Amino acid sequence: MLAPTIEFPHFCAQCEDYPCVESCSFDALSVNEETGAVIVDKEQCTACGQCVQACPGRIPHIHPTEKYAIICDLCGGDPQCTKVCEEGRWNVLWVVPKPPSGSYKLYARRPKEITEDLAENLYGEYGKELV
Amino acid sequence: MFGYAGKFLEVDLTSETIKDTTFDEELLRQFIGGRGLGTKILWDRLGDRWETIDPLGPENILLFLTGPLTGYFPGGRTCVTGKSPQSNGIVGSTVAGEFPVELRCAGYDGIIVTGKAKNPVSIYVKDGDAQIRDARHIWGKKRVATMRTLTREIRAELEKQSPLYGEWKEPAMLYIGPAAENKAIPTAVLAKWTHGAGYGGYGAVMGSKNLKAVLANGTGPLPPAADMKKVQSLIDKISKACYGNDSFRRWGTGAAGYTVGHDQSSEPVKNWQEEWHDETGFGVDKFENKVWVKRYWGDFGCPTTCLKVAFVKTGPYKGAIGDNPDYELQAYLGTNLGIFIPEDNVYLTDVIEDLGFCGIQGGNILGFAGELYQRGILTAQDFGGLDLKWGDTKAFASLAQMIADRKGIGDILAEGTYRAAVKISEMKGVDVMPYAIHVKGIGIGAHGTRSGLDFSTPVAYVTNVQGGDHTSTSQLPIDNPFSELTVTLYDSGVFCWFNAMNSPIQVSLDFLEAVTGWRITPFQWYNKVGRRIIHMQRVALLLGGPDAYWNPKRDDDIPPRFYEPLPTGPKAGQSTEKATVESMKAEYYQKIGWGKRGIPRKAELRRLGLEYLSDALKRIKK
Repeated sequence: MLAPTIEFPHFCAQCEDYPCVESCSFDALSVNEETGAVIVDKEQCTACGQCVQACPGRIPHIHPTEKYAIICDLCGGDPQCTKVCEEGRWNVLWVVPKPPSGSYKLYARRPKEITEDLAENLYGEYGKELV
Repeated sequence: MFGYAGKFLEVDLTSETIKDTTFDEELLRQFIGGRGLGTKILWDRLGDRWETIDPLGPENILLFLTGPLTGYFPGGRTCVTGKSPQSNGIVGSTVAGEFPVELRCAGYDGIIVTGKAKNPVSIYVKDGDAQIRDARHIWGKKRVATMRTLTREIRAELEKQSPLYGEWKEPAMLYIGPAAENKAIPTAVLAKWTHGAGYGGYGAVMGSKNLKAVLANGTGPLPPAADMKKVQSLIDKISKACYGNDSFRRWGTGAAGYTVGHDQSSEPVKNWQEEWHDETGFGVDKFENKVWVKRYWGDFGCPTTCLKVAFVKTGPYKGAIGDNPDYELQAYLGTNLGIFIPEDNVYLTDVIEDLGFCGIQGGNILGFAGELYQRGILTAQDFGGLDLKWGDTKAFASLAQMIADRKGIGDILAEGTYRAAVKISEMKGVDVMPYAIHVKGIGIGAHGTRSGLDFSTPVAYVTNVQGGDHTSTSQLPIDNPFSELTVTLYDSGVFCWFNAMNSPIQVSLDFLEAVTGWRITPFQWYNKVGRRIIHMQRVALLLGGPDAYWNPKRDDDIPPRFYEPLPTGPKAGQSTEKATVESMKAEYYQKIGWGKRGIPRKAELRRLGLEYLSDALKRIKK
């Protein structure tokens, strides 16, 4: 949240071409075939940050004290975040089965870009001043 | 020790030194955190010379405190406290937002600020480290600009330091506006665009120390809890109870701007001359359909998200952004000034928040000024040409700016309602105190006592150790869920009343046990732990000084206006009876352990291990 009220989740979008997995020189990242989630092998990961750079949304981040990258693993195919969101009736997060076409990659964006777009949506021409 | 980071940051702005401080477990167990611990710290350090401490002088201590439940209990808050320039006692003023959670994740339970900086500064805490930073470039800046500048600066620095970390979360911050920089007393310590710790006048205390902002980034975990499984199940339980509070979830308290006036006859209208109205144009549907930015957003872990944001898209107030005013601001920056139009209300809220006023205290002083104008005691000449008619939004906005700048009459009004009333009475030779709607220097919340239909019973403000604070009212019986003894637990925890109020106090105490491992029963809370805090606050309040002293005989009372009959509405003719106030007051004194003069009894202090307060009792002015 770069500005109050303009909040959104900053989660892995499971890009079709997985630039993070491609970028890894240490074979630490792989794709779970069943769920499509990116799985981090903590043993192999060196926390070099190449995946962070490769991600169009800089979504992975490095654990503050341990040496590995953190990427959403979709809780093994049963995401818990969507459950609490549903229970609280926020209706913001839910599981969408992967459609035959549709570019997930579009959702992998940096928070600043998303914030600017949303600010314009919510506050019109004033949006620019707020972020 | 569970539930505490175990360290407090002590920052002396005069010598620009920073060190860590700790408190032993027994002390934390007795005073918990937030309001309780703050009261104890203030008493230990300033108690022996309380009356001489100038709240706006460098000798005052400003505290930003969390509690063991902050971050765990849904809806964590920061308790801001110190010697109050409003009441000259201690007010535990709390504010929402992520700051306390970031602070605890950075390894600190609180920040103790002493002294005064030479030039404007900010304090930045990051993961066990802290620095005092130059803030000259943001001095004078309003909400949006302050937050935007600081957020960008800190993020750029963090990105430079650790370019491969990923996206940094923005720092959480508390800050003040221009009015507080000019030490106007009715000012708040702000968070985000719309939160504020308003009661107590701690914005001015921050301003007096040349401290513009306090920021924190913590990447660590919260301090470990004694029983994490229990904590998780209690979070579930409390969240479910909050999910049942549909009205607050949808509208916040904003439905009350119409209903408290229309249904309960206890909403301030024109500086409390009336408390009833039937302005359907001020109904929550109008706010909802015209100005509410339809988006639910909450602070960390909050299941209620009572705060809404409004934005005016068109018309003369186009571009105004602020609260979708919650009830208090609908009342104090709306009906209390004769304003019954949602856009006008949002605009004035925007102005008040931008200047850094507390919406309640700021609205209280504006209403007071409005009545003095109505009565011809203050004229357009006094207001620098302003025609301060009820309902004139622009005029009230201009007056707010004058107060923030301390220009003309604004300089006097910046002292807050009580102190301004003293000065204006002298200046004009007319007693204007009957129009000052305050208790012990603190403008009362927007809940009257006359109709008998609101939660604010006749004794609510009379014996309150935080004066007019409507979030901490003295009630009978003293273990009433709304009473300040109950709320003191939340303010010491430190977590949100609105999330706690849906469950009995036992649930909050269970939560305290799950986090800290300390078991306190409701009986122990109401008879021992909670009372220690209240007695200590009471003694500090009665010592007062150096510019104001409260005599229980005279000042343990409601504002004189509440003895006047209501002029309009279904409760017209009704007022609060003096005899009722007196009898409830006597009963409250007796139940809480105060003597006939309203001073904590020595035996009571001894029983609670507070003998060290006994000597101070002799210093209370009679």
